[in-house]
Amino acid sequence: MSGSRTLAEVVPPAPGLPEVDQAPRGLWSRLWERSQTLLPTLVALLLLFGMLIYAEIAYGRVFHAGTISSLLVSFAPTIILAVGMTIVIISAGIDLSVGAVVAFSSVAGVMLMNLGWNGWVSIILMIGFGALFGLIAGVMIQYFNVQPFIATLAMMFLARGLASILSTTPVVAPEGSPLLLLATDWKLIDGPKVNDFTITPGLLIAIVVVVGAVFFMHRTRMGRTVYGIGGSESSAQLMGLPVAKTRVWIYIISGALAGLAGVVYTAEVGGKAQNVTGIGWELDAIAAVVIGGTLLTGGAGYVLGSIIGVFVIAALRLIITKDGTINPEYLTIITGAVLLAFVLLQRALTSRRKQ
Amino acid sequence: MKRLKTALRTPWFWGIVGIFLLLLVNTLKDPAYLAIGVNPTTGLLTGNLLDILRVSAPIILIALGMTFVIATEGIDLSVGSMMAVGGAVAMETLSNIGDPTSVGAMLTAIALAILLAVLLGAVNGVLVAVVGLQPFISTLVMMLAGRGIARVITGGQNTNATNEPFRQLANGQILGLPTSFVLAIVIVLLIALLMRRTALGLMIESIGINPHASRLAGIRPRPILIAVYVLSAGLAAVGGLFSVSEVMTVSVSGTGNQMELDAILAVVIGGTSLAGGKFSIFGSTVGALLIATLNKTVLFLGVPSAATPAFKALVIIALVLLQSERIRSWAFGRKPSARKPSGPERPAVGTGNPVTKEAVA
Amino acid sequence: MEPTAIVEVKNASITFPGVKALDDVSFRLLPGEVHTLMGENGAGKSTLIKALTGVYRIDSGEIVVGGQVRNFSGTASAQAAGISTVYQEVNLCTNLTIGENVMLGHEVHGWAGINWRRTHELAAEALGRMGLGDLDPRAPLSSISIAMQQLVAISRAMVTDSKVLILDEPTSSLDANEVEVLFTVIRRLRDQGVAILFVSHFLDQVFAISDRITVLRNGQFVGEYLTRDLDRAKLISTMIGKDFESLRALGSNRQTEARDRSATPVFAAEGLGRKGAIEPTDVEIHAGEVVGFAGLLGAGRTELARLIAGADRADTGTTRVKGKKVSLNSPVAGLEHGIAYSTESRRDDGIVGDLSVRENIMLAVQARRGWLRRVPAKEIDALVTTYMERFSVRPNDPDRPIRLLSGGNQQKVLLGRWLATNPDLLLLDEPTRGIDVGAKADIQETVAELAEGGMGVVFISSELEEVVRLSERIVIIKDHNKVGEVINGAEVTAESIVSIIAAESEEEASEVLAHEGGALAGTEGSGS
Repeated sequence: MSGSRTLAEVVPPAPGLPEVDQAPRGLWSRLWERSQTLLPTLVALLLLFGMLIYAEIAYGRVFHAGTISSLLVSFAPTIILAVGMTIVIISAGIDLSVGAVVAFSSVAGVMLMNLGWNGWVSIILMIGFGALFGLIAGVMIQYFNVQPFIATLAMMFLARGLASILSTTPVVAPEGSPLLLLATDWKLIDGPKVNDFTITPGLLIAIVVVVGAVFFMHRTRMGRTVYGIGGSESSAQLMGLPVAKTRVWIYIISGALAGLAGVVYTAEVGGKAQNVTGIGWELDAIAAVVIGGTLLTGGAGYVLGSIIGVFVIAALRLIITKDGTINPEYLTIITGAVLLAFVLLQRALTSRRKQ
Repeated sequence: MKRLKTALRTPWFWGIVGIFLLLLVNTLKDPAYLAIGVNPTTGLLTGNLLDILRVSAPIILIALGMTFVIATEGIDLSVGSMMAVGGAVAMETLSNIGDPTSVGAMLTAIALAILLAVLLGAVNGVLVAVVGLQPFISTLVMMLAGRGIARVITGGQNTNATNEPFRQLANGQILGLPTSFVLAIVIVLLIALLMRRTALGLMIESIGINPHASRLAGIRPRPILIAVYVLSAGLAAVGGLFSVSEVMTVSVSGTGNQMELDAILAVVIGGTSLAGGKFSIFGSTVGALLIATLNKTVLFLGVPSAATPAFKALVIIALVLLQSERIRSWAFGRKPSARKPSGPERPAVGTGNPVTKEAVA
Repeated sequence: MEPTAIVEVKNASITFPGVKALDDVSFRLLPGEVHTLMGENGAGKSTLIKALTGVYRIDSGEIVVGGQVRNFSGTASAQAAGISTVYQEVNLCTNLTIGENVMLGHEVHGWAGINWRRTHELAAEALGRMGLGDLDPRAPLSSISIAMQQLVAISRAMVTDSKVLILDEPTSSLDANEVEVLFTVIRRLRDQGVAILFVSHFLDQVFAISDRITVLRNGQFVGEYLTRDLDRAKLISTMIGKDFESLRALGSNRQTEARDRSATPVFAAEGLGRKGAIEPTDVEIHAGEVVGFAGLLGAGRTELARLIAGADRADTGTTRVKGKKVSLNSPVAGLEHGIAYSTESRRDDGIVGDLSVRENIMLAVQARRGWLRRVPAKEIDALVTTYMERFSVRPNDPDRPIRLLSGGNQQKVLLGRWLATNPDLLLLDEPTRGIDVGAKADIQETVAELAEGGMGVVFISSELEEVVRLSERIVIIKDHNKVGEVINGAEVTAESIVSIIAAESEEEASEVLAHEGGALAGTEGSGS
C-alpha cells in the first residue's frame, strides 16, 4: 500500500511554539469570565439592598444598630449552616440532614447536661454528634457510591427519629450552664435608648467559622480539592488529589457545623431544645447558598456569597415580620419561590455559557 | 433449586420474608393476632390483618407513583405534601358542600383533589423535563410549597367534613377487605396494564437507562417525564384521600408527613434501583405492604412511634448499601468490573439531569 | 551497553471476570526514548497503562520503577514513583485556574496557607519550559483550547520532574498544527532524558515520533521493535495476527459508471449549519449512493450528520427529503422522514444497556408507533429473527441484556434497530470503531449491500482507507467547514484526502486533486 504520508510530514513544522491563542485578558474580560458565577451574587446583593431600603421606607428603624445586630445574632446559626452547605454544594453534593442534626445534637447535648455532665464537654459532644452523622453520610457516599441526596435524606430521618426517641417534649439546660454563656449580650456600641449594637459570643463564633471557611477553601489543598471534585471528580482523582479523604471530610465538616449551629441556637433560645427544632433549616441553608451564587451543580461558588444569601433571607423575614399582614404560612412558599427563581437564573446563565 | 436461587436474588422476596417475620413476631406476643372477627354493630370484618391492609392503601399508591419517577432516574420528594393537598381539597370541598350523604359531593371532592395534584405534578414535570432542573431540588421546593398550599386551602385549619360515601373509602369493606385497599390494588393493576400493554413502561425504562440513546431512537423524553411526575402527584393525592377518609379530617402538618421516606423505602425494597432503569410494580407493592406491617407492628409492640423513622432510615441505609456494587461483589465473591481504588463517578447531587434542555433541543 | 530500563514490567497478569486482560506481559521502558504501545482494541494496552498508573493492581508479576519493585495503591502512589500521565480527555479541572491545575498537589505553602503568588510564579516557570510562558496562570483553564489544555497537563506532569511520562491517545482532538507542537514538546522532553510511553492508533503519528514500538495482542506481549526496522504492513499484521494482504481483498465499492445526478436526491441541504459545530454547508445524497464524510476528529463530520438526522437543531439552512422541504428539528422528525442515525459512541447514546437485544432492536420502530400502540409480538419476533440472522449476532439469544454482548455484536444489533425503520437515508458514524476485524468486514459488506438496494448511506470513519474503499463520493470536512467533495475514482487514495485536508487553500487543494485526477465538487467538475 502506498504509504499515506503523515499529516506531520505534509504540514511544515512550526518554527517554535506558535502564538499562544489566549485572548487579551484585561480587567474587563476577566470580570466578564467571572461574571457567570458572580452575576447571581450581584443580583442577590442588589436584592438585599433593595429590600432593606424598601423596609426602611415602609417601616422605618431598619438601618438601626439595634435591628441589624439582633437580626445578625438570630441568624448566626443559619450563617454557620450556610457555610457548611456551601462546602458540600461546591463539591457537587448536598446535605439534607443539617436541620435534623441540629435537633438531635441540641436535644442530646441538653439532656447530657441535665444528667450532670460537664457543660463544656456536652458542648463538644454536640459538635461531635454532628460530625458522626456527617462521617456516616460521607462514608456511604464515597465508599458505597450512594447518591448524596439519598444518603443525607436517610441521615435526616435517622437524626430526627433519634431526637424524637430521646424526647418529644422540650428539654431545658440547667441554670448556669456554660451553654448559656454563649448568648450573653455584649454591647459594642451604646446608642441612644435601645438602639445598641449588641452581639453575642454566638455571633462571634459564626464570624470565626466564616473566616475559617474562607481560609480553608482558598488557602488549603483540601479546600481546592473540594473545588476540584465539584469541577471534575475523575480529573481530580487522576491529578492525584486526595478525593476520597476530602469527600468524607466535607460531610464531617457539614455535620460538625450543624452541631455547632445547634449549640449557638440552643444558647440563643435560653437553653431549650426540642426534637422539632430545625425543620426546614436545610432549605434555608440551600437557598442562602444558591442565592449567594454557588452553582448547585458544583465547582463554583464562594462562602462570602452564601453569607449575602443569608442576609437576603434575613431581610425577607424582616419584611414579613414588620409587615404583619402576610401570613406566616406563606413563608415557606416564598423562600421556596425565591430559591426556585435563583436556581432558574443559574440555569439560564450556565446554558448561555455553554454556547 | 434453581428457582429458589433466583427467588433469593430477587429483592422483593426478602420483602415478603420480612412481612412474615413481622407477623410472626406479633403472633408470638399475642397468639390471637391474626384472628379475624366480626364487628356486631357494623357487620364488617375486623382484625389486625385488615387494619394493616387498610393503612397500606395510601402507601401502595405513593410507592406506585414513586416507582416510575425513580425509574427515570428522578425522585419526587413532594409526595407527602401532595397527600396533604389532596386531603385538604377533599375536606374543604366536602365541608363547603355540606351534604353528608351525597355521592356526587364525594366524586366532586375526589375530582378536584386529583385535578390540583395533577397540575402541581405537571409543574414538577415541566421544571425537570423542560427547564432541566435536578429532580430533587424541584420536588424539594414543591414539597414545601405543597404544604403551604394545603395550609392556604384550609386557611391553616385542620378541616373536617361529614360525608358518608367518602368515609366508606377507608372504613368500608368490599368482600371483607377494606375498600381503600381493594381500590388501591385495582389502581395498581390498571397502571400495571397501562405500563406493560402499551409501550409506556418500556419507554420509561429506556429513558432511565440511557436518555440520550432513547431520544435518538425517537422517544420523546419530555412528555414521558412530565407524565411520571403527574402520575406520581395524582396517585399521591388519591393516597391522601384514603388517608383523610379514615378520620374525616385533614391535618395540614400531619397528613402525609414524612411519607416520602416510606415511598422511597418501598420502591427500594421492591428492587427498583435508585439509579433508574427497570422497575418492578409488584416489588413496590410488596414494599408498601411491608412498611404498613412494620408501622402496625411498632404500635402493637408498644414501641414509641417516634422510633419508626429512625428505624426506617436504618433499613434504607442497609438496603442502599446492599444494592451498592461494592457489597454485591464482596458478597458474591466476584471482583467489581473496574477496580478503582476509590469513589463514585457520576454527578452527585440528586441525579445527573437525564434530559437537559439542550439535549432535548 | 544498553541503558537500564527505568520501568520494567515482569510477567504481569490481570484477570477480570471472564477475561484475562493481561497475560504474562513483560515490557520495558528506557530513559530518553519515545516508546509506543500498540494493539487493537482489547489487546491490553489500556489495561497495562492503568496498571502503570496505579488504577489497577496486578494479580501476579512485578512492576519495577527505578530499580525498586512497586506496589501501587492508587494514582497518588504511582505519581510519587515518578510516573505521570496525560490522558486523551484532558483530565484537569476546567473550573480551576491554569496555575492551580499545574501546581495543585505541589503548591507552595506559607504560614497563611497556600502562597498563591509564589505558586503561580512556579506555574508560570513550568509553563515556560513548555513554551507556554505567555499564558496567564490565573486564567481559568476553560479559557484556553483543548490542545493548550493538554500541554498544560504535560506541564503538570513535568512539575514533579517525572522520569516517566505516559501519553494516552493525546492527539485525538488535535489538528495538524497542534500535533506538531505536541511532538516538538515530546522530542524536547525525550532529549532531556524523560522516558515517554506513547499510546496512539494513528499509525502515521506513531511512525513519526517513536523510537521503539511494543505490540500487544489479546493481552499478550507479541514483540518489541525498533521503529526504523519496522514497516507499516508488518506492524499491522503483527497487531491483528493476520496477513495484511488479506485485508485489502475486502473489496471496494466504487461505481465505475457515472451516476445520474439529475434525479432528485434522497436528501439535500442548503446552508445547513449550527453555531460552534459546523458552518453553513450544502450537501446532497442520492438513493443508492454511499457518501463518505472524511476529516479529523472534531472537524465537524459528526456534527453535520447530527444536523441531517435531526439529533441537533440547525441554526441555518433548509433541508429537503425527496425534494420536499422539511424541518428536521428532532430525532423524531428525522425518523419520520426516513432518516436513521447510528451514533459515534454505542455506549453513550446507542445501546440501552439493561434492555434485551430484542427490545433494543425494536426500540425505534416502537417509538415511531407511539407509546399507546404496542408493536405486536409477531412483528417484533420477525424483525428480531431477520436481523439477528442477517448479521450473525452472537450469542443468538434475543432476551439477553445488550450490555453483555461484545462491541461488534452490539453494533450489529444497533444496525438492526435502524434498518428496522426502513430508512431512505442511513447515517453511520464510526460503525467499525473498536470492533474486531471480522465484524468490521461484516459491516462494510452490509453498507455495500444497502447501497445496492437503493438506500442512501453516509459513512463516517476516522480510518481513511475505509472511507476511500467504500464511498462513491467523499465529502471532506475540516475545521467546521466543508472543504470540498471528491468523486471517488481509481486515483483517489487516502493520501489524496490527507493532502486536501492539509492544503492551505482551496487552490492548493484543487491542484492536489487535479494532479490525482479527482475533482473538487462544487467547481462543476463533478459528474463524470
